[in-house]
Amino acid sequence: MAFAGRITLVLALAVTLYGIAAALHGVRRGRREWVDSGRRSVYCLAVVLTLAMVILEVAFIRNDFTYNTVAQTSSSTTPLLYRVAAMWSSQQGSLLLWAWLLSIWSSAAIYLTRNRMRDVVPYATGVLLGFGAFFVSLLVFLDSPFAQTHPGPSDGAGLDPLLRNPSMLIHPPMLYSGYTFFAIPFAFAIGALVVRRVDAEWIQVTRRFALASWLFLGIGILLGARWSYYELGWGGYWGWDPVENAALMPWLINTAFLHSVMIQEKRGMLKVWNASLVLGASTLAIIGTFLVRSGVLDSIHAFTGGGLGVPFVALIATMVAASVYLVVSRREVLRSEHALDSLLSREAAFLLNNIVLVGLCFVIFWGTFFPLISQAVTGTSAKVGPPWFDRYTVPLALVLVLLSGIGPVIAWRRATLANARRNFLVPLAAAGAMALAAYTVVPIGSSAPTVLLFCGVAFVCASIGQEFWRGLRARRAMSGEPPPLALIAMVRRNRRRYGGYIVHVGMAVLFVGVAASSTFQHEQELSLKQGQSVRVGAYTMTYERPTGAVVADPSHTGATMTLGAVLRVTRAGHYVATLRPAADYYPTTPILEGQVVADLLSGDAVQQIGLHSSLRRDLWAAIKPFATTVPALGVQLPEASLVSAADASILPSTPQQTQLRLAYYELHTIVGAYLKHPPPASFTLISSPLVMWIWLGGLIVLLGGLTAIWPPPAALRGRLRARYFARVAQELGRA
Amino acid sequence: MNPPRKRQIRLIVSLALAVLLASGLIYTSFAASDPALTPSQLLHGAHADRNVQLTGTVVKGSVKNLANGQVDFRLADRVGGGVTVPVVYSGSVPAAFHFGRELIVTGRLTRGTFDAQPGSMITKCPSKYSAAPSGSA
Amino acid sequence: MTALVAALLIAALVAFVLWALSGPFRARTAAPALRSSDERRVLEIARQAKYAEIRDTETDYRTGKLSEQDYRAIDRQLRAEAVEILRAIDELDARAGAATD
Repeated sequence: MAFAGRITLVLALAVTLYGIAAALHGVRRGRREWVDSGRRSVYCLAVVLTLAMVILEVAFIRNDFTYNTVAQTSSSTTPLLYRVAAMWSSQQGSLLLWAWLLSIWSSAAIYLTRNRMRDVVPYATGVLLGFGAFFVSLLVFLDSPFAQTHPGPSDGAGLDPLLRNPSMLIHPPMLYSGYTFFAIPFAFAIGALVVRRVDAEWIQVTRRFALASWLFLGIGILLGARWSYYELGWGGYWGWDPVENAALMPWLINTAFLHSVMIQEKRGMLKVWNASLVLGASTLAIIGTFLVRSGVLDSIHAFTGGGLGVPFVALIATMVAASVYLVVSRREVLRSEHALDSLLSREAAFLLNNIVLVGLCFVIFWGTFFPLISQAVTGTSAKVGPPWFDRYTVPLALVLVLLSGIGPVIAWRRATLANARRNFLVPLAAAGAMALAAYTVVPIGSSAPTVLLFCGVAFVCASIGQEFWRGLRARRAMSGEPPPLALIAMVRRNRRRYGGYIVHVGMAVLFVGVAASSTFQHEQELSLKQGQSVRVGAYTMTYERPTGAVVADPSHTGATMTLGAVLRVTRAGHYVATLRPAADYYPTTPILEGQVVADLLSGDAVQQIGLHSSLRRDLWAAIKPFATTVPALGVQLPEASLVSAADASILPSTPQQTQLRLAYYELHTIVGAYLKHPPPASFTLISSPLVMWIWLGGLIVLLGGLTAIWPPPAALRGRLRARYFARVAQELGRA
Repeated sequence: MNPPRKRQIRLIVSLALAVLLASGLIYTSFAASDPALTPSQLLHGAHADRNVQLTGTVVKGSVKNLANGQVDFRLADRVGGGVTVPVVYSGSVPAAFHFGRELIVTGRLTRGTFDAQPGSMITKCPSKYSAAPSGSA
Repeated sequence: MTALVAALLIAALVAFVLWALSGPFRARTAAPALRSSDERRVLEIARQAKYAEIRDTETDYRTGKLSEQDYRAIDRQLRAEAVEILRAIDELDARAGAATD
């Protein structure tokens, strides 16, 4: 069956190459049937790659260890869901996931535009298939997921315990969907530039796809932050790690595009800028993919090279060269139709927003690639840490927040100064009130950037609240509907505007969470004996008692032994929460048959975070049951299910079962000893306010994005068209 | 001033501002950075008494836990092994610390021993895309 | 057994792909690309966008961002631009009508 898998990949490559040829031939000769065949190639690619995915996943589910990738990343005792996810934990598997998602989203895009932009779509098809060909070639020639070893090992290495958490199931597919979705605006931009048609239809199509990719990538980034916070032992959600930055940069450029495209839509300006943004965002997405896989930058995600660096650099160079060439050679088509009417206009605010976003992206780019830059300039590679990033991104983020409150309050084209002044009264008052509160009521006067941010957020929420209020009032004056209906109708009639407002509110909430949880966090890293307490901020945490289990596997990850603690948290004497941090222990891998002696406690220990979340603050605890590494006790730590199986038999019948039984008793002894005489354990305890606001803010942003992307009901369009047509027709003097 | 001239001036001013900010950025990045070195680079270069980020793999059998919470171990290059650097570290040790694991510590080389800053140890996530299974050291 | 299933799967897949992509190779008259309808659609989208702009400006006025004077001026400008688009559509329709006559 693996051979069949290989065939599907070769077939996929053939389909992409045929599709490119067919689409280009069809569009050059004006032959519709060739163009259609090119379009169907995209659908076929999706079908073929789906089959490849199914073959590979079936191998994982069936524990076919003759597949090298299954043997390296999965095992018979890895829980089923994690076996499925293990497919994308390896280089080859994740490349296949990438290629598959690319084919799925490309098919969706090609299907949705099947009756439009007939001169552009064939080129876009070619570009999308080109990306497909690239990734499938990597799979066919460099790193095949269907490589086999005969005879295969009796069991696999198992999915790395650090990856055995729910985030592994959703974060990669979501993130890859975001990345692959970026290929679509790129393809359409290239196509439009080739045929010199950068017009209203291009804007409409590209805007929708850009918004979809923005949503997916944004969710992927947020999920990554959540993973870091909920699963890793450092208690943070963002470390300015190259891989994190790699996903953030294209997202920032995409955000800039979503704003500046509106200027092009209304005034025919910034065409070169917008084309560059689209092409740049997608190139950054590919650079991000390259960064994550090539090991060219030191990252907490320690990826090794694997020889993929050169092809990726070639792809990136091609994308950059093609983009630059097309933008330069088509610059007459990209000439601006108008100029900026007034500096006091929404267009100007959007321009400023673009500059800040691009500046932010540049800062992050510089910091991320600094090791390579300094290597080239000084000969030694040097790194800049989070403090450097924070120094530049915080002020820029502040400006962005401010702009997101100014933009909604200013009119398009040119705002009336008197009106603008009046409109800013309430938001400024809100900001002032917040400043007052910050210095008198709530004691947050210690950190100026945080106070500024809080004021900025108050400003934004007030200005957007004012917008909703006034819009509602205007609507009700015309229609007389009750407020809830009027609100819904108002949003439905102008989804882009109000969706955008909701996104701004969401981002403001998110920033509040980030600022508060960074500035007002209290952390303690220390060793506690049973019964000991420690102050963490306003809370007292007490190590009540130890917990331990053998084979009970409370987190359903196949852990053989779990050691933890129960922590009681109080505030001013009142009970607040109970935290149960734990460390899951796994055997060293791979498990060789018959071997029963191995390092017991120097196997991987994975943190299970003890967490109590609320709107007000998070209480976070991680435990290392043994404060220092303990030398090997000389007992093999069998995987959970093997041990249960051994326990089921009363009389051991094979030496292996006897050894397993011994190991089982040994584990119980260890846990028993730990529960009876718990040694001082090493804890990391954090009390962090408003962390939930980050995830809530993200949800609000998602809601806003969905509102904006939802197409208006067709009936509504027809009604509006008829009404306005009549009015404008009057202008023309027709009946 | 006519509009095209106004626009030109606006463009020049914003470009100048951008260049100014970018230079500030670039300058501080060189000033605020720590060199990232492997053990072989550290030993062969003149990096004594300078704060450095040392990246390497924990050598098997080299881990010694001292009573005062200090951990002594040796770091080798990720590829090639061979030369190793003795590291003295105190402070929190991430749960993933383990021989064969890659990590980063910040500190300086004094008299042949790498004195690591307390709490500066970062262990890398086990390689997701490694060619060989992790932990087979 | 698996080898047989695999072979059948691959055969089915190849057959499907060949069938799906072989359109141009089968003798059929080609459908002409409808260029002019694309142009019309572009103008229609521009018209939609212009109407949306007119509506947006009205919302801006009603939510107090524009004085009445400024609003009237901008509204007039936008409507004139809309009229231009309508004219272009009319011209296109006339040309298409003439072509089919």
